[in-house]
Amino acid sequence: MSKEKLRLGFAGRFEEKEVTLAENDPAPWDPGHKFSLLGSRVARLDGKAKVTGKARYSIDVVLPGMLYGKMLRSPHPAAIVKSVDLSAAQRMPGVKAALSIIQPGEKVRFAGQEVAAVAADTSERAIDAIGAIRVVYEPTTFVVDLEEAKKPEAPLVLQPRAEKKSGDPYAAELGGKGLPRKGNVQGPRTFEKGNTEEGFRQSDVIVEGTYVTQVQTHTALETHGVVARWEGDELTVWASTQGIFSVRDELAAVLNVPASKVHVITEYMGGGFGAKFGARVEGVTAAKLARAAGAPVKLFLDRKEEHLATGNRPSSVQWIKAGATKDGKLTALHLVVHGTGGTNGGTGTSGPLKNIYACDNVKTVEYDVFTNAGPSAAMRAPGHPQGSFALEATMDELARKLGLDPLELRLKNDPSEVRREEFRIGAEKIGWKTRDERRRTKDPAIRRGIGTGAAVWYNTGGTGPKASVTIHRDGSAEVVHGVQDLGTGARTMVGIVAAEELHLPLERVAVKIGDTHLPYGPASGGSTTTPSSAPTIRAAAYQAKQKVAEVLAKGWGVSPSEVVFSDGVFSVHGDADKRLAWKQACAKLPEEGVSATAARAENHPDAWKRFTAGAQFAEVEVDTETGLVRVVKVVAVHDCGLVVNALTTESQVQGGVIQGVSYALYENRILDRSTGRMVNPNVEQYKIVGARDVPEIEAILVPVWDGVNSTHSVGIGEPATVPTAGAIANAVSHAIGARIRRLPITPEAVLEALEEAGSKGGVA
Amino acid sequence: MKPFVLLPARTLSEAAREAARPNTALKAGGVDLLDRMKEGLDSPERVVSISHIPGHDRIELGPPARIGALSTLARISSHPDVKRVYPALAAAAEGAATPQIRNMATLGGNLCQRPRCWYYRLAEFDCRKKGGRECFALEGENRFHAIFETDVCCCVHPSATAVALLAYGGRLETVSPKGKRTIPIEDFFVRPTKDPTREHSLQPGEIIETVVIPAPVEGSRSVYTKLKEKESFDWPLVEACVNLTVSGGAVRDARVILGSVAPIPRRAKEAEAILIGAKPSAAVAAKAAEAAVSSATPLSQNAFKVRLARVVLERTLREAMA
Repeated sequence: MSKEKLRLGFAGRFEEKEVTLAENDPAPWDPGHKFSLLGSRVARLDGKAKVTGKARYSIDVVLPGMLYGKMLRSPHPAAIVKSVDLSAAQRMPGVKAALSIIQPGEKVRFAGQEVAAVAADTSERAIDAIGAIRVVYEPTTFVVDLEEAKKPEAPLVLQPRAEKKSGDPYAAELGGKGLPRKGNVQGPRTFEKGNTEEGFRQSDVIVEGTYVTQVQTHTALETHGVVARWEGDELTVWASTQGIFSVRDELAAVLNVPASKVHVITEYMGGGFGAKFGARVEGVTAAKLARAAGAPVKLFLDRKEEHLATGNRPSSVQWIKAGATKDGKLTALHLVVHGTGGTNGGTGTSGPLKNIYACDNVKTVEYDVFTNAGPSAAMRAPGHPQGSFALEATMDELARKLGLDPLELRLKNDPSEVRREEFRIGAEKIGWKTRDERRRTKDPAIRRGIGTGAAVWYNTGGTGPKASVTIHRDGSAEVVHGVQDLGTGARTMVGIVAAEELHLPLERVAVKIGDTHLPYGPASGGSTTTPSSAPTIRAAAYQAKQKVAEVLAKGWGVSPSEVVFSDGVFSVHGDADKRLAWKQACAKLPEEGVSATAARAENHPDAWKRFTAGAQFAEVEVDTETGLVRVVKVVAVHDCGLVVNALTTESQVQGGVIQGVSYALYENRILDRSTGRMVNPNVEQYKIVGARDVPEIEAILVPVWDGVNSTHSVGIGEPATVPTAGAIANAVSHAIGARIRRLPITPEAVLEALEEAGSKGGVA
Repeated sequence: MKPFVLLPARTLSEAAREAARPNTALKAGGVDLLDRMKEGLDSPERVVSISHIPGHDRIELGPPARIGALSTLARISSHPDVKRVYPALAAAAEGAATPQIRNMATLGGNLCQRPRCWYYRLAEFDCRKKGGRECFALEGENRFHAIFETDVCCCVHPSATAVALLAYGGRLETVSPKGKRTIPIEDFFVRPTKDPTREHSLQPGEIIETVVIPAPVEGSRSVYTKLKEKESFDWPLVEACVNLTVSGGAVRDARVILGSVAPIPRRAKEAEAILIGAKPSAAVAAKAAEAAVSSATPLSQNAFKVRLARVVLERTLREAMA
């Protein structure tokens, strides 16, 4: 442990802070540090392989003698499975294995739940074979609508806890440990700060409203699945996953094999957005089928299965009441939310409300409502896009009632210095000042509007990850680290950090990731990948470099601490003879080179701690006669700590905005009221933004040197999508002079809002 | 998908003979057929492929214009003569699907494709279109469904080119084992009240060979407009196509078609009656559009489509009058 004075902060607002550093861990870079590579725009190491089709994703893996797995799913949203008869399927041509996933007497709780599976020599034969499985269901009453499910007489979606049966594949994920449950309603989870009643008494204006959001599915390009191969008692799995180690550990536990004999590989991956942790039903089933058949099994889901059963962003019905003084100081915020994640909980949306604007009196009350629908999974900033939509609409409503500019109201209540700066940058770029005069266009039916919203995320990343760096005698280096690249550019990030620390061109660094035989890497979730991995890589590279210095010191007869490394040159101060450039220095290494394995150091407790901040502005065009909305432009200003690769970071911000536009305007899982089945399990009627619907996006990165870890890294995956829908909804409301209270903002939602406003005395 | 035999036909007549046999499907671009086969909606034992047969993708201006049924939507939408003489047809073809699909989809296939109703498209719903007893959309999720003729099956007709051809008064020349015949486009469509399991009147083995479109009358103008939620890859919420002939300061002839609002493309005769004889004006356009939707019977979730149909038709009329 040592203490070092660091300059921390952002864009000219730096202050000195004494920070405690871990042993043998490099000090965080100074804001004045000149980087050779880090922070510039670096093309992905695997970009060419991806665009030429050479990159082998897990879904592309084909092994000799490989079989194809397919699962049979329940057509009923609620039923007791009386029997599962596999015999006819087992006799089908090409079928090598068949198994039940649900046992007789167990319940299925949503249409699409896995019931049984087969493995056959072709995928067509596997599909035919599941059609031959005879399952007797006893359908029971069900409920798919949130409001219906809240009623005391509603059919019970989950069994009371005591009755939970083992072997039920969903029993383990039925969330909300310890929360009270009444009928289908679980909760509340409550948070209280100050006294909201008192806060409302102090207020001069109060607004309240109910905001409704839909269910969004993850719809990653690569579907869920694995290829599983047994060799004796050793299992190798190629998975499409955000966490190779969590897949390994779940398979080991469920299949009762040592974790040391399970090997998981994710070389390339086509997205996850939070729904790809653990082996899941399809991974376990593939491994079981492979064991039963004595042959490798590939089991990847199709698009329909993806929508039905692999997770989603829960819906929400949020009631918000907010109070402020006449000069615009928030005095109270009160949120009551009900959401449904189908058979899963975790539907809260209070994150933005609790953590963005400063308010002394805050109360949040959150309930999960269970329905007979596919279970939710973590999805890119769980709870935040929903919460931000409701909160930012509330802020705009308050501003209107106070006669204040919505941006001014936000600046007054925003405790984050970084975000206030982001608001100012974004406002300038979008032309906030002229937003009112730009509302009217040449076409009287078309209105323009501009809206804004804020993002918060939590400065995460932590211990656990390890990495090894080897420096060879020819001066090239190799970095190995068991992180997987979801498509965010993690592979390139690993290479850049090592190359920067060693002052090497990126081409001289070999990167190996995506394999559980490598040192432990973090699961990619919570926007923690870069803040977990980057400092680990840097530490390993730093320590390997120290070992070079040790070799040189021995030869020079000085102490290793006297050898300094700067601009690719090792030298001893004041001794011109003791000076070697990198390549010559490395030539002095023994044949095996030098290696170091480092572990991620603890976050520095005394660094410049903050929540990660973002601000977005959206400009829209609304056809007031048809209700159609087009997003014209989004300016997204984000704090990403110290950026490792500007190109892929901007790309992540753009991706977050695109997904946010899609959530705001189009995406919606629709369940049929009378059968409980999803009617749009495809990408035709489950509408996702297309190329021509993507607005101009200006991604602006605000570097922050926080000193929390040695590379000042924070993640951007999640905050980038948090405020988009809220900013768009506010822009639409600005354009039409009527409040949008639900997502997606369909033509009919706009027309209804206009009508509501019209009936209340006209639209400005 | 069930195994099937693929039969590449050498001529359309040969294809017609093969296609007349039971359990046989006809494949041109294959865009819609393959989707249906994958979902198990159609499980033919034989698939007769015609896309490669030469000579049926010619576009001749005529008059009358003759467009081979194997012409792709991409070709029709970019053909300079079609764009100039039949702009509504070019626009209808251009706005459909995606560039990749338009490169494969043929005019004949576009006219014969099955509806996009999600209940029809999912094997687990045994709806009237599949010979079942129920139209699930009537009481179910019907945001995108019909607002006219909603009594038996409330899907909407999927073909954009059909809407334009109806506005032009086109006709279809077909080949079948019984010989050749000509079907006026009006007679091509089958209402669900007659038979909910089909949308067109072609007989088994009957193949559209050529689409014939009369030459435009002096002073006529045609405009096609569609309203989609998304610009990329989306089906229209509503479509309107008008073919107006104005001379001597008054509308002499009007053909007004609404698409994506009924199980077949809908000729809005109420609107035509108001337009014919009237002086073109914004007020007349508004009145005609209002009349066109006056008899709509929307379902529980799609009343907004009535308004959209009115607005889109009014705008289309104004553009045609301008």
